[in-house]
Formats: sequence, structure tokens, C-alpha cells
Amino acid sequence: MAKLTAQIEGIGLVGPGLEGWASSAAILEGRSPYIRQPTVVSVPEGLPPAERRRVGLVVKLALGVGLQAIAKAGVQPDTLPAVFASSGGDGQNCHEICLALANDERLISPTRFHNSVHNAAAGYWSIATRSKAASNALCAFDWSFAAGLLEAVTQVVVDQTRVLLVAYDAPYPQPLFAKRPISEAFGVAFVLAPLTAGSGNALGTVTLQLADATADRMSNPNLEDLRASIPAARALPLLQQLAAQKAGVINVEYFDGRSLAVEVEPCS
Amino acid sequence: MTELLLKEYTATNCVGHGRLETLDALRAQRGGLAPCSFEGAEIDTWTGEVRGVDDERLPASLRRFDCRNNRLAQLALRQDGFIDAVAQSAGRWGRRRVGVFLGTSTSGILQTELAYRHRDPTTGTLPADFDYAGSQNSFSVADFVRQALDLDGPTAVICSACSSSAKVFGSARRMMDADLIDAAVVGGVDSLCLTTLYGFHALQLTSKGPCRPFDATRDGISISEAAAFALLERVPNSLNANAVRLLGVGESSDAYHMSSPHPEGQGARTAMLAALETAGLEAGDIDYINLHGTGTPSNDTAESRAVAAVFGTAVGGSSTKGATGHALGAAGALEAVICSLAMQHDFAPGGINTRSLDPTLGIQYLVENRPGRVTRAMSNSFGFGGTNCSLLLGRAG
Repeated sequence: MAKLTAQIEGIGLVGPGLEGWASSAAILEGRSPYIRQPTVVSVPEGLPPAERRRVGLVVKLALGVGLQAIAKAGVQPDTLPAVFASSGGDGQNCHEICLALANDERLISPTRFHNSVHNAAAGYWSIATRSKAASNALCAFDWSFAAGLLEAVTQVVVDQTRVLLVAYDAPYPQPLFAKRPISEAFGVAFVLAPLTAGSGNALGTVTLQLADATADRMSNPNLEDLRASIPAARALPLLQQLAAQKAGVINVEYFDGRSLAVEVEPCS
Repeated sequence: MTELLLKEYTATNCVGHGRLETLDALRAQRGGLAPCSFEGAEIDTWTGEVRGVDDERLPASLRRFDCRNNRLAQLALRQDGFIDAVAQSAGRWGRRRVGVFLGTSTSGILQTELAYRHRDPTTGTLPADFDYAGSQNSFSVADFVRQALDLDGPTAVICSACSSSAKVFGSARRMMDADLIDAAVVGGVDSLCLTTLYGFHALQLTSKGPCRPFDATRDGISISEAAAFALLERVPNSLNANAVRLLGVGESSDAYHMSSPHPEGQGARTAMLAALETAGLEAGDIDYINLHGTGTPSNDTAESRAVAAVFGTAVGGSSTKGATGHALGAAGALEAVICSLAMQHDFAPGGINTRSLDPTLGIQYLVENRPGRVTRAMSNSFGFGGTNCSLLLGRAG
């Protein structure tokens, strides 16, 4: 069996009290304290003004971490295939549509409707970065990060191409929040490359295997709360391992009590 | 790319349950669209509703997945011996070595739409029996199908609007090439809901009658529902001549607009060329194109330009959406099944409802069934967000 190994060339990260990879790595390593604050999502570059007005927080979040990751990796987005993984996409937009449909008039705006597709972030990414490469939009409920990582690394290995992975989630408003309590907005992105890519600036390599281990948790209770309450934040133990630049295996939660075992090998 | 065998396949849509009824309708050029009467929607359009979805009962152990989308999934799985074929594969390879990759655009959102109508008048809370993970979440359909078929391989939903269930073939192909799995259940399930009916209506993209792809006076889509599945395995050493293989997959993005295709069909053209390239084939090797052909003025114009650029007028094509409607996230898998039926039964299906072909489009559009061997067929699926996927399928001999 071909080893499912890829280099990580760049990371983007935005979450509650986490702004960018450099400062977040210091927090995850324990060099800086973790102070939980509401997620700050900035307006991403590259979108034409009309599109910028139309996008919601979730798309800004996904584009923002994707742009961070490609900047860190120093790669151009225009020919970079991308995998977008999210449990629920734009929950606010979905709420507004269901609200409108529960009224007698049932009026939905065209923008609201085209923003409702799960691949909205992938579409806006393609527009913002002028990328005509293939993109995928995945969902696997709580296991969307593991499913996205598996899809992306498989693509890296089989098609011998760099791939951008973006995993992101944001809260639903009430009343859906009560049924699906995603606590905060959280996005993470990786630029993954074949071992042969030889860029020289990789942060480490990851090798994937399906396993049956219990998912690793965060020792910091605040960070563990994020991990457990946001599907995209299931990436946190892996991010911590990468920040610490230590070799080891991290088990990311997959369905039915299974796991995606990620063997991390630091480059330095 | 490594070719894959479609070991079994099935489709349930508004023209019928399973392969035989679908084939009969295609041969008779009979459509399944009717004036919209879904959930009190007051829209002047036609839809393609699958008969009997509401009669479908999920097993007690999977009751939490109960919603129109998963009922439709189960109805389709029960046709054509598909469940037995999957059980055989799971027995041979192990249930962990069979992946599940399904496409949907709206999953069980109808359940949420209904729940919002039944919010508690004082607190605004949703009804207690509303199960988010079992219905609304996009993963619901794959989780349901995986458990209904007792599989435990890698599972994901591809949710890229109307290209969803074409792109699942690409994911399965990669997982197979990476040797993570030995077989995969791929397909698409999308069911009628108010979000798509009112959403496409807001975009002024719904046809007032049954949709008329490539007609000079086409005026939009007919929204429908469908579920289609294929069981993929590696190609064995010997095959029946009429076995169907997946030969190529081409994917691209438009980088143009969220809900309009690139006017010259650039992304569509890239996807078709990529499918040919991955299959090591040329345009002249293709016998039939199942066009995306939604019946909107912009799609059919853009797609025609792309098809004309790649194939000229040498290869006949049609949109079968006049018969089946546009099953959105299930369209890719449904039309892959239609291509397979065409290849195994020696005819290229003509598009129906098209009365006066748009003379400006410049492609060879089939309005009548064309008898004769179809050795290789291409199927196009494009979606919101500028996502494009072309599949290339071929007979073994």
C-alpha cells in the first residue's frame, strides 16, 4: 500500500483567541497563555466588491485561513486544487432561508439562495484567487476535518499535486443552535504537498492511516472545549503536535469510534 | 487513471424505479415531469417527483435518519439487486474496505423547513423530534446508506451543488488508487424541498412548463428528485463485453460567478478535456455526450460553446433532463446511469420536450433516440460556485 504521506508547507488558523499560525503555535506549545476571545474574522483580499458584499462570515473565515496558508507556503493559488470541509457551511444563511420559508410569502433573495450551497466557500475562493483548478466540498458531520484531511492527502499522493485543505465551521443561530451547538467560528487550512515537491520550507510531514484509537484531546480545558464543540477544531491536537515540532502519532476523531491516525514527522 | 468497473448500478427518478423502468421511459422518450404540487409551493413550474417516496419506511434501528431524502435513498437501494451486490463485495473485501461517497445538495433540509413551521410559539424552539444529524446535515445520507448497507469504509458526502454526484466518482477513484479501499458505493440523492423550489424561482431559473433543453425558447429548469448508485471495483482480468467502466474524470472551477456559468463555457471545456486526458482518449473516441443541459438560457449556451470547442458537431449529445428533470445533487450519478444504460442497450437517448432546436448553438443535438453501438459516453455536470465535472464511461468491448 502506498504510504499516505504529505508535506505541510503552510498553515492558516483562525479561531476564538487564535489569530494566525505564528501566534497560535506559541499558544498551542504553551509558550503564550490561551485567552479565549470571540473569533475575529477579517474581510479576505481578492474578492471583487460585489462579491465582498454578498459573502457571510463563514466564507470570509474559509477564505481568510486559506489565504494565510498559501502565503506561508509561498504558493500561487491559481492552479492549486482545493478541498473544503465543513460540517454545516453557512448556518446563519440557512437559518434565514428556513425562517423565510416558514412565512406565507416565502421570499428568498437570489444571493441568499446561491450562498446556501455547501460549496459556497469553494466557489468564492475560486473567484477571489482566480483558481480554475478542481475543488471539492465535503461534509462528514463531526468528522468533517478527518474526512477532508483524508481526501486531500489521498489527492496529494495519488495525483502527485499540491492541495489546499480548508476546514471551517461556525455557529448556527437559535433555534438551530440548540440542536447543533457549534460554539464558535473556527477555520484551519493546510497547504499539503507531495514528498517530491522539495520546497524546502515544509513544517513537517504527515502520514495517515485509518485506526481504532481514541481521539487525542487537548490538555488545556479551554482548548479541549473548542476541540469538542467545533468539528473543524478537531484539528487542534494535530496543530499542537506540529507547533511543538515533535514526532508522534495524533489520532483525529472519525466516525463510529474510529480514528484517523496522523503520524507527524517534524522537518527541522 | 486506473479504470474502474461499475459492477452494479441503479437509479430511481421521476420516470421510474430502478433500471428497467428508467430504460423503458428513455426508449419510449417518455418524461416524468408534472405541474408542481409539492408541499403547497405556489410556483408556476413543473417538477419531477418520485412516486412512492412517502410510503418508504426506514428500519427501526435507523429511524433517526427518517426524512424524504433518506427514504428516497432507501427506495433506490432496494432496486436492481443493488443491496445484494454490495453485500457480496463487502463479503469479499471486508466491510472496512468498501467506501461510501455520495453527493447531495440539500440533504434532508425539508425536515428543517417543516420544523421551522412548527416552532414553539412562545420560545421559538424546534420540535423535540427534529434530528439535525439524521436529516439536515449533509452527511446524513451517507451515514444512513453506510449503516443500511452495513459498510465501514471511508465515508463522505460531496456537496458541490449540481456536480456533487459526478465528483464522487473522482473521490472513489483516488481512494481506490491509494489502496484505502477495494470497492466503493458512489451515487447521489437529492429530494424536493422548498429551498430549491423558491431559490431557483428567485433566480428566475424555473421553467413554466416541462423544461426544454437546447430549445430556442427554453425558459429554465424543472426541479426534480432522484437517487442513483453505482458499486465500483477494480477492473478484473476478464469482463463481459457490455460491462461498463469508468474511464476518466475531469474536474475544474470557473472562477467566474456563483450562479452563472462562464459565458464561453471555459470551465466546462477544461473539465471535458481533462476527462479525455485522464482516459487517454480523444474527442473522436466519444459516441455520445449526456449534456448537463439544464434548460436555462445561460447554461445551454455556455455548454454548447464548450462542447463545440471540444467536439465540433461530430459527436451527438442530448440532455435527458427533459425527461428526468434536474435532480441537482443527484444529477451526476443519475446521468452516469443513463449513459451506462445507453451503452448496454445500444442507443443514444434523444432529449425530449425540445420543439425547435436553438439554431445558434452549433452542436449535434439529438431529439430522437439514435440506435446503434455506444462504446464510450461522456456525462457533464456543472454547478453553482462554478464547479464542473465530466465523467467518461465506456463499454468493455
